[in-house]
Amino acid sequence: MAIFDLLEEIYFALSANKIRSFLTVLGIVIGIGSVIAMVSIGQGAQGSIQSSIQSIGSNLVIVTPGAQRGVGVQVSAGRGSAQTLTQADADAIQKEISSIKQIAPELTRRYQITAKGQNTNTSITGTTPAYPEVRNIAVGEGSFIDAQQMASYSKVAVIGPTVRDDLFGQGAEALGQSIKINGVIFKIVGITQAKGGSGFNNPDDIVYVPLTTAQRFLAGDAYVTTISIEAQDQSSMASVQQQITILLLERHKISDPAAADFGVLTQADIVATASTVTSTFTILLASIAGISLLVGGIGIMNMMLTTVTERTREIGLRKAIGAKKRDINLQFLMEAITLTFLGGMIGVGLGWLLAYLVSLFAGIATSVSWSSVFLAFGVSAAIGVVFGYYPARRASQLNPIEALRYE
Amino acid sequence: MIEISDITKLYKNENVEFLALKNVSFKINDGEFVAIMGPSGSGKSTLMHILGALDTPTSGRYLLDGQDVALLTEDELADIRKNKIGFVFQSFNLLPRASVIRNVYLPLVYSGVSKEERVRIAEEKLSATGLPETHFHHLSNQLSGGQMQRVAIARALINNPSLILADEPTGNLDTKTGDLILETFKKLNDAGHTIVLITHEPEVARHAKRIIHIRDGSILKDEILR
Repeated sequence: MAIFDLLEEIYFALSANKIRSFLTVLGIVIGIGSVIAMVSIGQGAQGSIQSSIQSIGSNLVIVTPGAQRGVGVQVSAGRGSAQTLTQADADAIQKEISSIKQIAPELTRRYQITAKGQNTNTSITGTTPAYPEVRNIAVGEGSFIDAQQMASYSKVAVIGPTVRDDLFGQGAEALGQSIKINGVIFKIVGITQAKGGSGFNNPDDIVYVPLTTAQRFLAGDAYVTTISIEAQDQSSMASVQQQITILLLERHKISDPAAADFGVLTQADIVATASTVTSTFTILLASIAGISLLVGGIGIMNMMLTTVTERTREIGLRKAIGAKKRDINLQFLMEAITLTFLGGMIGVGLGWLLAYLVSLFAGIATSVSWSSVFLAFGVSAAIGVVFGYYPARRASQLNPIEALRYE
Repeated sequence: MIEISDITKLYKNENVEFLALKNVSFKINDGEFVAIMGPSGSGKSTLMHILGALDTPTSGRYLLDGQDVALLTEDELADIRKNKIGFVFQSFNLLPRASVIRNVYLPLVYSGVSKEERVRIAEEKLSATGLPETHFHHLSNQLSGGQMQRVAIARALINNPSLILADEPTGNLDTKTGDLILETFKKLNDAGHTIVLITHEPEVARHAKRIIHIRDGSILKDEILR
């Protein structure tokens, strides 16, 4: 049977019962559409988490204090709570480790800030002039802390846009104004550009002061809470991580690496962890959607079996006038595949639309990838084959004499 | 030419055996108009299925144009039906919701004939059966019984078969329409077509030139009328 004739036969067969064909296709449409939408939400989440991790810097290696442990004490406080990293550690890293581009130690604490009767509680990061480069921070107005301010313990501050909005009002002029941090007066010399984000880790809700100033006037000690290091390139990150670990173990006089009182994390580690979480999330969503696709496939099989029964006499006639098993098989299989393929096509459109609506109304980033679209087509055609196979086989194996007599 | 020699057909159930045809032999020459007549259960339907290459005999030989059909596989039988046999059924067996033309050219779809050619041949055959041209593009279920049977006859003619097998073609028609259909068969026979008519009605059988009487699976009488 020529391909065009086959298509014509399929067209006549499917249009003979439009509502039934439509409803069957709908099952596949919903299945494919939800798979596309769910995967796009998952991939969107993955993308946005990754880009927010990328936004904290590039080729970043972060050293944090470990959990506080007493001698022989099994109870440990939370990681990062210990005061084990010092300015001297940061200096040693800078001096002794190769393939480091920049290093920015920081001391971050939360303090109450007041300005003109407004007050807010936010994190104060004491750091060095290298920080903006290491952590990908751009200054919008004014300038960041410079080396001279570091050396002279200047009481200057660079504030995030959220802090400015909280203290001075939305978008107000804040440059040159004074704020009181923990009772100490600081002058605002710069405002960072908004990075976006919200919740616990809002990169815009922060105040930067010189590290020296923070240590002397705010914390009163020489500890640092984080040392951010920018490696020269991506390939040197692992070696930098390893060198820092060896150096700090030696400096802290710890022989067992498992007992280290600090942690060294690379950006790649963080991305990897986040990716594991989001891909699990994506798989979960996709498998829930996959179930509806399976149900759609069963709908196809159900309809095809009904069709074969209804058209038994027609099948008998076709066989009597010379159709071979193969012809009948192909015709019914192609009918099923046409239904699922049609459903796949509309489903991709629906999935796309759903993904768009989700990002429009729910504000969740989505991304429909070509791979998921092609996969959807493949899967829908495969569903046609799988669920159309049995009905088509049944049709092709009908005995023409009995089929012609079928009432 | 059809040559049936010593054909038997045995149906087997789990524990019941039924011999539907017992050593049947006959010969039908090209251009004959033969009625195979017998009451129900006489084996005439079984004989028709074998003649129509829908089924194979348990033993014996069936030569159709010199080819032994009894030994063929399912697909080879399908080819025989496609190329050499035209069926006309009691219940017409047209595709509903399909146009008259499409019904008629359907067998050619399986022969791979181009659409223009199919339509042309279908129109030619429809004219031969006497269906008015205004009906060619109607849907088959909008036609009367007599018209439907004409469409079925045109479909049987479409591949210029060696044999037209008509199974009770007037069974669902009133006498007047039935006579018109039989008249059509007569005309086709005059034009050279070989026709085998299966019926249980003597009045219908009398339209043929020869009647093979069959009873209990055997030939009772081979009667030449004209």
